[in-house]
Amino acid sequence: MLKKTPLNDVHRAAGARMVDFGGWDMPVNYGSQIDEHHAVRTDAGMFDVSHMRVVDLEGAGGRDFLRYALANNVDKLKVPGKALYSCLLRPDGGVVDDLIVYFLREDFFRLVVNAGTADKDIAWLSDLLAKRGASSPTLRPREDLAMIAVQGPNARAKVWQALPGSEAASASLPPFAGAAMGDVFIARTGYTGEDGFEIMVPATKVAALWNALASAGVRPCGLGARDTLRLEAGMNLYGQDMDESVSPLESGLAWTVDLASPRDFVGKAALAAHPPQRALMGLLLTDRGGVLRAHQKVLTAHGDGEITSGTFSPTLKESIALARLPAAVAPGDTVRVAIRDKELAARVVKPPFARHGQALVR
Amino acid sequence: MNVPEHLRYTASHEWVKSEADGTVSIGITDHAQAALGDLVYVELPAVGRKVAANEACAVVESVKAASDIYAPIAGEIVAVNPALAGTPEVVNEGAYDAWLFKMKPADPAAVNGLLDAAAYQATIGDE
Repeated sequence: MLKKTPLNDVHRAAGARMVDFGGWDMPVNYGSQIDEHHAVRTDAGMFDVSHMRVVDLEGAGGRDFLRYALANNVDKLKVPGKALYSCLLRPDGGVVDDLIVYFLREDFFRLVVNAGTADKDIAWLSDLLAKRGASSPTLRPREDLAMIAVQGPNARAKVWQALPGSEAASASLPPFAGAAMGDVFIARTGYTGEDGFEIMVPATKVAALWNALASAGVRPCGLGARDTLRLEAGMNLYGQDMDESVSPLESGLAWTVDLASPRDFVGKAALAAHPPQRALMGLLLTDRGGVLRAHQKVLTAHGDGEITSGTFSPTLKESIALARLPAAVAPGDTVRVAIRDKELAARVVKPPFARHGQALVR
Repeated sequence: MNVPEHLRYTASHEWVKSEADGTVSIGITDHAQAALGDLVYVELPAVGRKVAANEACAVVESVKAASDIYAPIAGEIVAVNPALAGTPEVVNEGAYDAWLFKMKPADPAAVNGLLDAAAYQATIGDE
């Protein structure tokens, strides 16, 4: 039995094509997913991301716990509302999940984790907390909350139009920060490479918000467009571009791992002991003959690699990919990708491919 | 879903049209294009290639996925649709107008063994 978000009936009534996404019945597209993609790059689109899980960390000692549990350094969060992207690592350095943590008060941090890994993450964090003893903060999964991501150059203005009071609450938010407005939480975050908000709202109120946004001219978009947008923006997808078997240092995430500070964290020793041999890089298909897809083999002068995510980029109108390649491969190199019975040429590029409506590679 | 009465179909979602000159045109059904989503690449067989029934001989790729296209019957490829190289989206816009390739059947009667509209409709349900 697939799990449903509180917007399931709304999606079905809109004629969405629904798919099983990690056990959730989710819209993959409503009409053309390319049109949905362009709506986000040029105007405003919205995604039901209620399958993602909000987990609040409440009580004294939250910061100290996160210093140890997260690979990124929670001490970068100095101003209430600020957010940080981080991996949760295994002791061997593999990636348990990636998440966003918001610092709201010293006794209140909010985590947002992936849908398919939520139960695993909560068990993992609970276990780490239990080892710290009785005075540790508590985890509170917020299954009462739903979430809509509104993304695009006009997203913020349309949210302000649709949600009374939201402009006053969020107009001064810098990127990667959030603010509470009663029982609503508005964050200037996203997964598309465009400006916009992710809005957490009680599940009972989410359908009204969705409909108000649609009336304000925000286009409903499915997971199909969400994937092409995040890939153009050079953002990783957990389970595809990284997982428990690979290091964040081989997943394009070295910028999120704080090895420099004296702070100890889960996985630090393993990462320090195993310098990366491979790197996650971008590919742009330069031959015609197919579309880059996950698991295709990449042949390079320094050995073979593999595509982790690939698609057709609606912005570039070419096929793009993220690929884990031998570390000696460099941007500008030409590699070959095995697609069916052919080997097609692709150029190694540094992601992102596109953000803020603009192509960034050619 | 649109399933025209005058065409024949396969369980793998190809449509087959008998042409006046004895060839057959092959495309993908409206159901198939909707399931695949926006098409961005079509790979077609070489003209002159001889294919067996149910042999994979073309590929359509949408943003989401690649999908093999099968020869519905045995025969020879006699033409491919030149419009699809530059504008694969015409398949989404009109699945029954956008033929992929034409075949000369090895057995002219073989088309009669394919699904009719009612039988194909039954395989895809009431969509």
